[in-house]
Amino acid sequence: MITYLSNNSETVLAALRQHITLALIPVLLGFLIALPIGYLGVRFPWLYHPLVNVAGVLYSIPSLALFVFLPVVLGTKILSPLNIVVALTIYTVALMARTVADGLRSVDRLITESATAMGYRRVRRLFDVELPVALPVILAGLRVATVSNISLVSVGALIGIGGLGQLFTRGFQLFYIEPILVGIILSVLLAGIADLIIVLIQRAVTPWTRVQGGRA
Amino acid sequence: MNLDYLFDAAHWDFSTGSIPQLIVSHLWYVFLALLIGLVIALPVGLYIGHTGRGSFIAINAGNAGRSLPTLGLLMLMVTLLGLGLLPVLIALTVLVIPPILTSAYAGLRTLDPGVVDAAKGVGMRPMQVLFRVELPMALPVLMSGFRSAALQVVATATVAAAVGLGGLGRLLIDGLAVNDYSRVLAGAIVVAVLAVLLDLVLALAQRWIVSPGLRASK
Amino acid sequence: MITFDDVVKVYPGGSTAVDHVSLELPTGKMTVLVGPSGCGKTTSLRMINRMISPTSGRVLIDGKDIADQDEALLRRGIGYVIQHAGLFPHRTVLDNVATVPVLLGKTRREARTAALGLLERVGLTEEFAKRYPAQLSGGQQQRVGVARALAADPPIMLMDEPFSAVDPVVREGLHREFLRLQQDLGKTIAMVTHDIDEAIKLGDVVAIFRQGGKLAQVGTPQELLTAPADDFVAEFVGRDRGIRSLSFDSAAELPVGELPADLVLDEAGRPLGWKSAGGVTPTGGTFTTSDSLRLVTDLAISSPVGTAVRVNAEGAADGVVRHHDLADYLATRRAAS
Repeated sequence: MITYLSNNSETVLAALRQHITLALIPVLLGFLIALPIGYLGVRFPWLYHPLVNVAGVLYSIPSLALFVFLPVVLGTKILSPLNIVVALTIYTVALMARTVADGLRSVDRLITESATAMGYRRVRRLFDVELPVALPVILAGLRVATVSNISLVSVGALIGIGGLGQLFTRGFQLFYIEPILVGIILSVLLAGIADLIIVLIQRAVTPWTRVQGGRA
Repeated sequence: MNLDYLFDAAHWDFSTGSIPQLIVSHLWYVFLALLIGLVIALPVGLYIGHTGRGSFIAINAGNAGRSLPTLGLLMLMVTLLGLGLLPVLIALTVLVIPPILTSAYAGLRTLDPGVVDAAKGVGMRPMQVLFRVELPMALPVLMSGFRSAALQVVATATVAAAVGLGGLGRLLIDGLAVNDYSRVLAGAIVVAVLAVLLDLVLALAQRWIVSPGLRASK
Repeated sequence: MITFDDVVKVYPGGSTAVDHVSLELPTGKMTVLVGPSGCGKTTSLRMINRMISPTSGRVLIDGKDIADQDEALLRRGIGYVIQHAGLFPHRTVLDNVATVPVLLGKTRREARTAALGLLERVGLTEEFAKRYPAQLSGGQQQRVGVARALAADPPIMLMDEPFSAVDPVVREGLHREFLRLQQDLGKTIAMVTHDIDEAIKLGDVVAIFRQGGKLAQVGTPQELLTAPADDFVAEFVGRDRGIRSLSFDSAAELPVGELPADLVLDEAGRPLGWKSAGGVTPTGGTFTTSDSLRLVTDLAISSPVGTAVRVNAEGAADGVVRHHDLADYLATRRAAS
């Protein structure tokens, strides 16, 4: 494996770079799109169930099917990386919109009511009170979305663009185990590091979740 | 959008390689993987959840499972063990185990301890507590884990066509190989519909087997 | 002054929560809204800061209809304390208290400095400032809730069952401190409770609501105890309202008799107890002219010899009241009134 790595370091690094780009851009895009959608699902309660159902349907579409279906809708070439980015963004939105809605719904009504009674207007209350309190739930969802995105990217190798997935197809075609192992290890490591980074961010921005419980 | 392949009646008889035959074989792989995964993961998850021993494994299994690249795992298995059903089935099962294990554990761990205490208090034996109280109450969580396991297998079984498995992935992989985009599209649509329907069926099953008393009142 | 002018609240679905209520909450006083659950007391309270709008009628603060005022600005000028405090879990105690001043445009630094002073006021030391609500006990959270409501020094405070989530011993303490605080601050307070004892103890004015959102009676605690308007009020204030109403009667006018021979005193004249076969039995307590008749009655009944001992400011015994004398006094007083 070491020999394989030293002989192919450029290929592996290029694959890794592509993998990171293909996985993380959708996480950011999806998160930004999911925030307002999730909020709408809370602001207008009748929207919540349709939102959850649509998200559920989108999330259940197998990745390979979505990868090859998108060119039809987007008019992109089948080999375009855009297909992967859009598909993973859709998964992220499907997962995160629901998580954001659930997170905001989980905020104790007493807390939002006291904020209102103290004179918060709706928008400031959302950013000062509801979003921060919902943050642990939202970030937990973000961890799931990030980790699954990283592992899903490699499926793209079947249509020619798959970051570390290209190591899998290469190894499989040559019946050569090293690239496959390297790909799996790097992919799992990448997911682990990304997960860890989000955990660290969460610890930094939600210090109140780590204090010991009240003494009644 | 070229839907000729999908709507060609010739592809809907039950001959080998026809869409119905591919659906049936696809579902068969899904069923096998889920069954084996359930047999392995459910007892382990219940044991850890009931006793609290080995919680670390159960908590981290879910995340670890999610981070495994499915295509890599499939290709590794086939490269190691050769073409055939067995290596693919091993890979599929490996992916089924984490969500079931984690949800079985979480289902039991998140139960109201007062209820379990009450069950012991009225004189139930440990196995009675598990099967009459803990398991029925853990079903909603368990079922959601099972549903995500099922979706995972449907998707991965599609990918598994790339390492020679039958099923609906054949339409995608073979279509891509010969640039028959109509066939690819047919495969994508059928497998997406299949996944959505399967999830719906499992959701209905969940409604049916979970006590109405546990349904979230909203 | 807060004025309810023929206020009606009908919820969608047709249930009447508040039914033609007219009520005045005097400035600088504490008015307690009390009644069984579903009597409209909380709905009435929440109409004062427009968390709920009346179906008809008006709510006025110092003669101005609040319906004409900006909701958020109105609320920033009214302190609000609720059960379980409703503290923001993601903010430290100090930042919770600083909330409204910051909303009103103060810098965070100014608001925090002022908040520290308020924490002290409600009996919390500086070490609590950096903690999060989850690290406090229920009683401590409630103090922070009160401090937060006071932070912008609002003339009006609304309190919705503020003390009902803490245990009775802690509640006693909070009551005492709260009364002392109110004595200093003189806020116009509207408080909701379902506990008539709490209402009588804390309220300058008590408004009793009955089912269906109607006002049953408004008056001072003493008026409610001595002259309940109807059976509902009488039942609600309790069968022992007779003895409880004595809490409001001073023992200053109560005639006392000379010290009997079997009362044992120390050299300073302080009572030690009653002579008995086994030695000296403790008196079980004494009263002064500033205590209530309720205390005297209690002392007379529980004393081993049926006699309550009065002491002067130095603690020396200066008279006794026997229980039959007390009964006679109460009877003549009743006849006179």
